[in-house]
Amino acid sequence: MAMKVIPLWTLYGLARGKATTRWCGEDAEPGQAGYLGMPRFDQAKCQQGCRECVDTCLPGAITFCPDASKQRLTVDYGRCVVCQLCVEACPTGALTSSTDWAFGSRRREDLVWTRAAASTDGMTLKREIRRVFGRSLHIRHVDAGSCNGCESELQALNNPYYNLHRFGVFFTPSPRFADLLLVTGPVTYAMRGPLLEAYEAMPDPRFVMAAGTCAVSGGTNGGGYACDNGLEELLPVDVFLPGCPPNPPAIIHALLMLLQRSPQRVQGGQIGPADEHPEDDYA
Amino acid sequence: MQFMYAWFPTGSDAPELRYVLHPGRGQTPHIWRCRSGAESPPSLAPAAPLLSWYERETTDLCGVAFRDQPVPDPLVLLPGAAAERPPLMPGPLPHLSYTPVPLPMPDLAGTTREDVQLLPFGPVRADVLESTQLAFYYIGEAILHYQPRLFFKHRGMEKRFEGLSPALGTVLAERVSGVGSVAHALAYCHALEAASRCEVPSRATWLRVLLAELERLYNHLHYLGYLCHTTTLKVGEAQGKYLEELAKQVNCQISGSRLLRGLVVPGGVRREPTLLTLAEDLVRIEHELRRYADQLAATSSHLDRLITTGVLDRQLAFDQGATGPVERASGIDRDSRRDQPYGAYDELPLSVAVRDGCDAHARQQVRVEEITHSIALIRAVLDGLPEGSLRADCRPPPGGEGLGWAETPRGTAYYAVHLDTAGRLARVKIKSPSFSNWRVFPYTVHGTNMMDYAINEASFGLTVAGCDR
Ligand code: SF4
Ligand code: SF4
Repeated sequence: MAMKVIPLWTLYGLARGKATTRWCGEDAEPGQAGYLGMPRFDQAKCQQGCRECVDTCLPGAITFCPDASKQRLTVDYGRCVVCQLCVEACPTGALTSSTDWAFGSRRREDLVWTRAAASTDGMTLKREIRRVFGRSLHIRHVDAGSCNGCESELQALNNPYYNLHRFGVFFTPSPRFADLLLVTGPVTYAMRGPLLEAYEAMPDPRFVMAAGTCAVSGGTNGGGYACDNGLEELLPVDVFLPGCPPNPPAIIHALLMLLQRSPQRVQGGQIGPADEHPEDDYA
Repeated sequence: MQFMYAWFPTGSDAPELRYVLHPGRGQTPHIWRCRSGAESPPSLAPAAPLLSWYERETTDLCGVAFRDQPVPDPLVLLPGAAAERPPLMPGPLPHLSYTPVPLPMPDLAGTTREDVQLLPFGPVRADVLESTQLAFYYIGEAILHYQPRLFFKHRGMEKRFEGLSPALGTVLAERVSGVGSVAHALAYCHALEAASRCEVPSRATWLRVLLAELERLYNHLHYLGYLCHTTTLKVGEAQGKYLEELAKQVNCQISGSRLLRGLVVPGGVRREPTLLTLAEDLVRIEHELRRYADQLAATSSHLDRLITTGVLDRQLAFDQGATGPVERASGIDRDSRRDQPYGAYDELPLSVAVRDGCDAHARQQVRVEEITHSIALIRAVLDGLPEGSLRADCRPPPGGEGLGWAETPRGTAYYAVHLDTAGRLARVKIKSPSFSNWRVFPYTVHGTNMMDYAINEASFGLTVAGCDR
């Protein structure tokens, strides 16, 4: 019986055809329609003295500057959990929902919407990864206290739709064979040790990605008696990827950014134009 | 008996214990209140075994010791962790110190120690899995004893609620167990709505059913894909995950969030979901699902691994507090959507899937049937969605309290909410279904073999985040 059934599944699989999205290189983002992402802030529409958005933001992503000569609001996307409450609270429409999904950044400061000019120097990183890894990247994932929303999206990366393997990216069980430590969650007291052990066991050069707002800044769940506030004070982080959770294209983008195959989309809190990926680069 | 917890009434250092019972179909819950004064309260675990974990948690977090607790060990705080003071006691946040303690060898009567080996896994596990430590005490292929060490992911979520405004608590409830965002938000909002006696508009209650069933849909599809992964049915795994992805894209389309976050609010739903293409998308998913489910039911290599794996008998399931598809696969006909109905469930055609196979196969069957029931419910909502407003004013009174529940894809979640005199959250107790099912699960592992373990675990569909909080 079993002998007969397995070819049936093969046939079935073939009949399903190719489910994989072309994903990179297309104009719109397939499968992401409707996504509500990080709020955009329009300085011109911000009313003086109103702090409605600040009070409604649970993870404290919005800070308010009382000095009228300066920019009034700072939105830190590294803390935002995309709950959209500020958009609802703002009486003047200065904060609006956007379809920008979360974006990776190499420097924590670049996730803060300020006027500071941001400069990034990824060229060294790029040369290093290219030199050492060639075209494939091995990831050790460590759940340091997530709500499992981030895992849900990380697991999606290997579904037939995103099919991460084709980018030359693999999850590995052993930190000894890993190039990248991908961490989710705000880091609980009990996971701090195992997390650092995994990092120590990795060969040089090793990279660290904080995936999800929790790992970037603690998000809504960090702090308290049992948690740290994300990775920043524990490990040297190479890519910060906020989002609660970051959706699969955002994770793929951040991974590719680490591999220097796509440029950073956010600098000084400003989102740049969509990337253009020459598809043959990693198809 | 469902669960128990302790809280500190405003201005008091003396904890009050609460026991929550659901006496039966159609009846409202009974709540026992108990102040024990100077003497420590007796453990009720000998009479109601499922209470054991709640009592141990209460000792860890609220500092209440129970007389004659059968297992007086810490639970939520790991061995080697010590809080300056019980974290849920009123007052400043305590410092938590921690020196990890290695897993002990248990006393196994009748076996010489040298034969028994300890195989520890985790807390960091292979692939993309949640952190938890598993200890197998085994001889050859046979597992003599199995002990999961959970709570590496304890984040102190219940404490995080304290001091927040009730509305903001919803954002937090959605982040207790991400794949149960809707149901957790619902149980939390139900508790607030009970406290404020607010009437949720009927359009909102119907939309909430739609969201909750969409959540069940993508979770159960994920479950099937992952179960196939453990039985090494590759195409079945890919197809399950593909269907899950389609369902998540539908979620995104209608709510703006692939995990359906941000729509449930106290008093109703926040905005109209985009339902334009939902009916069409459902047809597509259902069509693929039918063939997929038929294939699964006809693949003997897959079924062989499930049948008689991880047997959980009815009595054990009941005594130890199994919930959701796990209890329903052990012949217990309970579902809070029907038995303690909330929202619009009593106006909609709801069927409850029950099997008495008690094994991994029965647990799969229950899930497959629930998928079809969820699709039917979503259709019924689309067909009969009443017009009207989306949201009522929900302001729980200062000093108020409420109990709420919702049937998550993994079983019943409860939230007990107490407000302080300023109307802020004073205590939020979360009873998550995975806490219940993790307690039951080891009973199905002792005395089995290593080969079946991964399949058995997948067949329970547990989350760690919800259990550990
Ligand atoms: S959308 Fe982001 S910035 Fe706005 S309130 Fe929510 S977490 Fe804060
Ligand atoms: S970032 Fe959001 S989705 Fe990810 S673990 Fe934290 S709360 Fe969950």
